[in-house]
Amino acid sequence: MADAVVADGLTKRFGDLVAVDGVSFSVSEGELFGFLGPNGAGKTTTVRMLTGILPPDAGKASVLGLDSVRDSLKVRELIGVVPEAANVYVDLTVWQNLTFMAELYGVPRGVRESRARELLELMGLWERRDEKARRLSKGLRQRLLICMALIHEPRVLFLDEPTVGLDVQSAHQIRGMLRRLNAEEGVTIFLTTHNMWEAEELCQRIAIINRGKLATISKPDELKETFSRLRFVEVQFDRVAEVGELASLLGCEVDVVGNKCRLHAEDVNDAVSKIVDYARMQGLKIISLNVVQPSLEDVFLEIVKGD
Amino acid sequence: MNAKLAARVWAIAKKDIRIYYLKGPVVIFGLLLPLFLYLAYALGRSVAAKEAIASVTSMTVFFTSTAVAPVIAPWETRSRTFERLISSPVNIAIILVGDALASVIFGICITAAVSILGVLMGVYAVNIPLFALNLALSSICFSFFGLLLSSHPSDTPADVMMLSALLKFPLVFISGVFMPVSSMPPLVRSVALLSPLTYTTELFRRSIYAGGVLPIHLAVAALTAYTLIFAVAAIKLHERSAPKRL
Repeated sequence: MADAVVADGLTKRFGDLVAVDGVSFSVSEGELFGFLGPNGAGKTTTVRMLTGILPPDAGKASVLGLDSVRDSLKVRELIGVVPEAANVYVDLTVWQNLTFMAELYGVPRGVRESRARELLELMGLWERRDEKARRLSKGLRQRLLICMALIHEPRVLFLDEPTVGLDVQSAHQIRGMLRRLNAEEGVTIFLTTHNMWEAEELCQRIAIINRGKLATISKPDELKETFSRLRFVEVQFDRVAEVGELASLLGCEVDVVGNKCRLHAEDVNDAVSKIVDYARMQGLKIISLNVVQPSLEDVFLEIVKGD
Repeated sequence: MNAKLAARVWAIAKKDIRIYYLKGPVVIFGLLLPLFLYLAYALGRSVAAKEAIASVTSMTVFFTSTAVAPVIAPWETRSRTFERLISSPVNIAIILVGDALASVIFGICITAAVSILGVLMGVYAVNIPLFALNLALSSICFSFFGLLLSSHPSDTPADVMMLSALLKFPLVFISGVFMPVSSMPPLVRSVALLSPLTYTTELFRRSIYAGGVLPIHLAVAALTAYTLIFAVAAIKLHERSAPKRL
């Protein structure tokens, strides 16, 4: 599969601050790629360099084989962008916002109207097409922004935290649409998000950027496997156990979460048998006993630890 | 300019007209402004109607072409539409030419209304092609001048309007609008010749009643040069400030 997006040593400085520091990765055509990082890690700056609206100080970015700086207008013709915290034109109607974008992207008039209708119907905005966008809620404006990014049927879609601050229904609808676009239309999607569950649910591969540097890039499952040391044993007894005793017996850290104990042991197999022995010795009944795999959030927190 | 770029420029101009110009207060202000300018100019003075119309037409094209253009960039920065716009296949030059086109259309429409007022008062242009050329050239020149004023990456329209007023009003007084260049003392005349509005006023005097003292080709050349300078400077400075608007 050819590369749709390539970052090669991308670097951006703002004064003394190195916002993005030599970041390199590639995204294959048809891939749904997640780009994660804490606030200020350099996600948005990276997206802006990839989409050609911010020139890098060093390194190169290319999209669909075109240089994001040298061929920036051509690149922007082929991609759709939903920038972080961007807004629609609140003094234009929903329909005018969408047709304005269609005109900028050179969508032919006949196609423009049918495509706009299709998108508005898909996103549940058709009935409100003649309303000024200022009357839309945040969730509906975000849906309109996504329609605006899709009006020209882009081959690559960049979304910078598209579901942040949205209600459950809007976020769910947007995720469903991204899945469909990727699976049915083969659109390459570059998604930045804070939502680990969303990244795990949607993305085939994820990259984590921290303090401007690429910390890791992998498939979510492989990433969790790499950090299998973060696995823990979760046990619930029929009555309160003596945590200190349990910790000294197993020689590991024990947290109490609700009515369960979490044991962070290096060897979970050994920990499980020791827990069973301990329960038998103390006359405790085990209600539940699970080995919990690390979530993407655990991995993320481990990677950005000390930030 | 190829058809694709022209379509993008026109799309931006239409967007500006819908958002910024087709608003009741803006249109009413645009139509009332020349009336107040005329009253301020003519009341208590014994000036011929043709002289008054030439001066008021100059001020109208100047004020209307610079009225809204400086506000667009800070407004788009504040309302966070700028990043969405610049993420589409347009660059700063296309955006500014589109903004200027909307401003030119507004300036020409309002100034045309003043011309109708002149006709109703019995004042007819003696050189209609020159009048039209001057109107078009001046409105382009002042539209880019307005855009140049908003090149600082501010997101506060009021700041830009204040800067705009600080520059525009003194310019009116040194540009031979109230006192013909021929009547100015030599030092003041030298200063007047530095202002693009002087050439606009001279060309309206020439085209409306064959007045004015500066040669037509000199005034047209000067206005053209100012237009190019303002356009290039506006594009360069906006390109530099664009990353700070994100």
